Amino acid sequence: MIEVDRLSHSIGGSGILKDVTTSIPAGGITAIIGPNGAGKSTLLNLIARQSPIESGRITVDGLDVSTTDTRQLALKMAYVAQNTGVASRLRVAELVGFGRWPHCHGRPAQADREAVTEALALFSLDGLENRFLDELSGGQKQRAFIAMAHAQATDWLLLDEPLNNLDMFHARKLMRDLDTLARERNRSVVMVVHEINYACAWADHVIGMRDGRVVIEGPVEDVVTEAGMRTLYDLDARVTEIDGHRHVLHHV
Amino acid sequence: MLACLLVAVSLLFLGWGLTGRVWLILEMRSVKLAGLILVGFSVGVATVMFQTISGNRILTPAIMGFDALFLLLQTSLVFTLGGFGYAQLPGTMKFMMNMLVMMGAAMLLFGLLLSRNRHDIQLMILVGVICGLLFRSLTSFFQRMIDPSEFAMVQGAMFASFGAIDTTQLIISSAVFAVVAVVVWRNLAKLDVVSLGRSTAISLGLPYDRIQMGVLVMVAALVSVSTALVGPITFLGLLVASLAHILMKTHRHVLLLPAAALISATVLVAGQTVFERMFRMQSTLAVVIEFFGGLLFLYLVANGRVR
Repeated sequence: MIEVDRLSHSIGGSGILKDVTTSIPAGGITAIIGPNGAGKSTLLNLIARQSPIESGRITVDGLDVSTTDTRQLALKMAYVAQNTGVASRLRVAELVGFGRWPHCHGRPAQADREAVTEALALFSLDGLENRFLDELSGGQKQRAFIAMAHAQATDWLLLDEPLNNLDMFHARKLMRDLDTLARERNRSVVMVVHEINYACAWADHVIGMRDGRVVIEGPVEDVVTEAGMRTLYDLDARVTEIDGHRHVLHHV
Repeated sequence: MLACLLVAVSLLFLGWGLTGRVWLILEMRSVKLAGLILVGFSVGVATVMFQTISGNRILTPAIMGFDALFLLLQTSLVFTLGGFGYAQLPGTMKFMMNMLVMMGAAMLLFGLLLSRNRHDIQLMILVGVICGLLFRSLTSFFQRMIDPSEFAMVQGAMFASFGAIDTTQLIISSAVFAVVAVVVWRNLAKLDVVSLGRSTAISLGLPYDRIQMGVLVMVAALVSVSTALVGPITFLGLLVASLAHILMKTHRHVLLLPAAALISATVLVAGQTVFERMFRMQSTLAVVIEFFGGLLFLYLVANGRVR
């Protein structure tokens, strides 16, 4: 369980997060939704110890992220940022191999190599493993980074807008893979999502943010309602149910 | 392969046109050769490491104004102490002091720059170029203010070329390089992770900000070593870092750093050989290297090899 306690954060003088208190249940997929500039990525960033915490406290399974040894946290959670630029020329297999760094510190053993092969296969990157990253499409690159995070073999996977750059086919494939990871391997996935219908279809828990605050949270049925959409996005959209899944008709 | 090339070039440097008092000449040449190789190693390693932490293949310590900072330090030292005071400072102490001040200043400046604007490469280049310009114009400003005899002293520091390398300084420099080399050697694999970028490196459990600072300190040390020995060499770093990346085709620093060091030493020794024996000292080594460096850089850009 990730617990966020009275977290505030500002960037360049303007408050991004204002006194956020929330918790993310272990197991399953948690989606963080909300309009642009709501502070979703900042929240995920702080959980992943990317910046020092200004005020408040975050614990991941009881480990305080600002005081626990970063190497220990690397065995607990893996994070994939929104824009991941790599300066050096790197092959896909090498990138995924870096996911094993917290386990082997640059000296891969047999188990590490097997984990890499498995991650490559799971995210259908086999066949691409010797390609350079800059020769991949945006979606393939995205998958390579998520495969790397998977190879890290952590309880928690934190993904900042992983569906960016992905077409419908690959977006659905990625969600199915993440779902499999959550159900069968007992991983906990936390992701920032813009397309609300993906959250509806796959998330077990939804956190809705607006203006630096958590305004609504709970299971999909409680959050994704017509009233909920109005609170979050000022959006008047029909919310229907198709085959037992909530759908927001936000595009018409 | 690169090592063989370096040995061959070095032998050529030592042996070409050897007549008269062979042993004396050999001794002088070997001091010079050691200096060249040390500077080459320093520049190569410093540039590759700097590019790794800045996540950019076009930045070099020189572009970010590292060596301009060094010259500024020299000049302001002469300015504040006066030419006499400057000359009175024991060479070794001056050298060490230079290096410490240089490392402190570089840490402050580039640490701030990298920590605040690490995502904005364009801004970083802009700030670096402006800082370099500022340092250079401050330097020339100070130079106008001091009297001509003291200026001659500054000039000595500025253009101290490969002609006269002080043996004591050479030994201190080698020691500094050796320390840096050992530290780097033990952390080579970490540099590979650093090249993945900040967020990924942190996610993999690397204390990124601390490493970044450490690398900056080492880069500052290496640059001040090489600048103190021979003066600024602008293009060499860019040239050898690009060559190392192109030739090695890998992200692994265990291969990249030695390659860059060897290439850069080879280029320097070869350049000095050509310059001394063929052009008969009719220009400066920096001109030779920057001419070819500039050409290669343009070629790389035109070819789309530099990204």
